[in-house]
Amino acid sequence: MKKEHDKVNKKYGMVVDLDKCTGCGSCMVACMSENNVPFKEDESNKLDSITWMRVYKVSNKKPYPNNEVFYIPRPCQHCGGQHEGHSPCVSVCPATATDYDYTTGIVSQVYTRCFGCRYCMAACPYHARYFNWWDPVWPDGMEKYLSPNVSPRMRGIVEKCSFCFHRYQVAMEEVYGSDDKEALEEGDYQTACTQACPAGAITFGDLNDETHAVHKLKDDKNAFRLLERLGTNTKIYYISEREWVRRAGDNYNPGEKTGSVKYKTEGH
Amino acid sequence: MDSALIPKGVERCSLKRFLLGQAIVGAVVLWGVYAMILCWMKGLNQTNMNDSFGFALWIWADLAVIAVGGGAFFTGLLRYVIGLKDLKNIINYAVLIGVCCYGSALLILAIDIGQPLRGWFIFWHANVHSMLTEVAFCLSLYMAVLIIEYIPLLLENRQVDKIPFFHNLSHNMHVVMAVFAATGAFLSCFHQGSLGGVSGVLFGRPFAFREGIFIWPWTFFLFTWSAAACGPCFTILVTKITEKITNKKLVKDNVIDLLAKISGWMICSYIIAKTIDTLYWAFVTAPHAGFNVMDFYDDNFWAHGIWILIMEIVICGYIPAIILLREKTRQNQKLLWTAAILATIGICLNRWVLVMQPMSMPVMTFDEWVLYLPSWQEIATTILPIAGGIMVIAFSYRYLPIFPQEQELNPVED
Repeated sequence: MKKEHDKVNKKYGMVVDLDKCTGCGSCMVACMSENNVPFKEDESNKLDSITWMRVYKVSNKKPYPNNEVFYIPRPCQHCGGQHEGHSPCVSVCPATATDYDYTTGIVSQVYTRCFGCRYCMAACPYHARYFNWWDPVWPDGMEKYLSPNVSPRMRGIVEKCSFCFHRYQVAMEEVYGSDDKEALEEGDYQTACTQACPAGAITFGDLNDETHAVHKLKDDKNAFRLLERLGTNTKIYYISEREWVRRAGDNYNPGEKTGSVKYKTEGH
Repeated sequence: MDSALIPKGVERCSLKRFLLGQAIVGAVVLWGVYAMILCWMKGLNQTNMNDSFGFALWIWADLAVIAVGGGAFFTGLLRYVIGLKDLKNIINYAVLIGVCCYGSALLILAIDIGQPLRGWFIFWHANVHSMLTEVAFCLSLYMAVLIIEYIPLLLENRQVDKIPFFHNLSHNMHVVMAVFAATGAFLSCFHQGSLGGVSGVLFGRPFAFREGIFIWPWTFFLFTWSAAACGPCFTILVTKITEKITNKKLVKDNVIDLLAKISGWMICSYIIAKTIDTLYWAFVTAPHAGFNVMDFYDDNFWAHGIWILIMEIVICGYIPAIILLREKTRQNQKLLWTAAILATIGICLNRWVLVMQPMSMPVMTFDEWVLYLPSWQEIATTILPIAGGIMVIAFSYRYLPIFPQEQELNPVED
C-alpha cells in the first residue's frame, strides 16, 4: 500500500484566475446541472442550500471611490493534508465514507456508505461539504433531464464537489480501449465548471503533468491557496495580481507579509 | 400495593404519589418521543442545524452527559481498583447515574445521525484513524460494562433476590466486579479521551485544534481528566438533589467528603493543566494559524464572548477547586452545593465551547460568524433522555437498595 501511495500519480487540480472571474455564476449552474445537485423552491438561505461550487463576493470594505470587490469560486479544495491523503475530512470520517484517491488526488464521497454524522462538515474549514436536509424533489419532468452518470443523493447524507469524477471515469474508459493506457490528454477530462466559465477563469488538469496548463499556472508568482498555513494542502490555486485579494486567501498576524507564511507539506 | 417490591427497612412515598410524579415526567418523555419520531420520519430538517452547524446541541449534549457520567468510571476505579471501601456506599448510585448518562448519549446519537438505519456502518466500515470510531467502540463497550455493573443491583430487588439463582448470580457478580470496574476505567479513559480528540484533531478549525503527543491532541487527555474530576461532583450533586426530594439523608457525610476531596484535587490539577493548554493555544497555536486569540471571541458578546472562557476556567474551575480542597469549606453544605454545581456547569461549558465555537467562527477571511438557535425538536429530544433518566432513577430508588446506608440513617419504627 505504501508503495502505491509513493508512486508518482496524477494530481488533478484547478487554477482560478480571480482577476478574470466576473462572478456570473455559470460555474455554479453548470455544476448543479452536471451533478444532479438538488435544490429547494426557496434557495435564499445559503446555510442549508447545496452548492458544490459556490461563488463568494468579497469586498475590500473601503468606501467609494476606493471600494473594490472580487469574486471567488469555491469548489471542494480536495485537500491532500500534511502528508498525502490526510485531508481534514477523510481522516475523521468514521465509516470510511469519504475517500482519498491516491491515483488522482481526488477526495470522493461514498454516498451509499455515509450515515450522516456530519463530522466531515465540522472538519472542513471551507464549508465545501453539504448535508441533504431533505430528499431531492425535482420539478415535474425534470428527472428525465438528470445526468445519467451521477446518482442523486438521498436525505441524511453528505455530498460535495467530486471534480466531476464521473467524467474522469468516462475518459478512462475511452483510454482503456486504446493501446496507451496512461494517455489521458488534458482535454479528455475537464470539469463542468471549467467548461462553463465564459471568462476562461478556470483551468483544470493534472498538476503533476508538465504538459497541462495548471502545472505551470500553479507556480505563478501571484498564485496562492486558501488557508494554506493550516496545512490543508489544497489542489485549488487562485491567481490575482492584486495584493489585497491574495491576502484575503489566508489569515495573517500583524506584520506578516502576504504569502510569507507557508505550511510545509508534501506538496505537488 | 407495591410494598412487597420495596426494600426492607426503608420508607417510600405512596404508590399514588409516586405514579403521579412519574406521570408528570412521563409527559415530558412523551413530548421528547414525539420530537424523536418527527426527526426519524421527516429527517434532520426538523432541526435548526445547517451546513455551518453540522455539530450542534445534540453533539454538545452527548459530550456533556458522557462527561458528567464520568463519575461512574472514576468512582468505580476508586472503589474497586484502588480500594477505597467507604465509596461502596455511593458506588451504586454512581453506576446508576452512569447508566442514565450513557444511555442518553447513545439515544441522542441515534437521533443525530442522518441515516439512523446505517448507524452500524461505524462498526462495519470502521475508519481506524477517526476519533469518532474509537468513541463508538469504547462507548458501546462501556455501556455494556455499566449494564453488567447495574445488573447485580436489579437482582437485589426483594422479590428477585428470593430466587436462589439470581441471588447467587448477584453475589458472584459482586465478587468479580473489580474486573469490570477496571475494564470500565480502561474503556472510559479511551472514549472520554477520543471525545476530546474529536475536536482536537480538527486542524482545519483553529479554535478546536490542539497539538499533542503522537496521534492524541491535548484535548484527548484534558477530556479524560476533566470527566474524572467533575464526574464525581455531578454524582454528589445528584445525590444531594435526591436527598432534597426524598427529604432523607441517604449517604453519610464522610463518604461525600471523601469523594468531594478527591474531586477537588482532580479539578485543581485539571484546571492548572487546562490553563497551561489555553495559554499555549492562545499564544502559540492560534498565531501559528494566523489568528489572534480575540478573533475567536470577537463577535456577539453573549453568544461567543470572552466571558465564556473566564466563566469556564475561573468561576467554574478554580472556585470549585478551592472550595473542595479546603476541609472547612468542603464540609460547609452551601459551599459544597456551590462547588458541585459550578464544577458541573464548568465541564458542560467546556464541551459547549469545543462544539459550538468552532462551528460559529469563520475560518476563511471572507466568511462570517453564524448564530445557531436549536429548534423545539432538538430541545425536546435533548430533554427526553434526561426525563427518562429521572424515571429510571426514581424506579431504581423505589424498588432497589441503591443506598446501603439509607436504613441506618433513616431507621423505621415498626
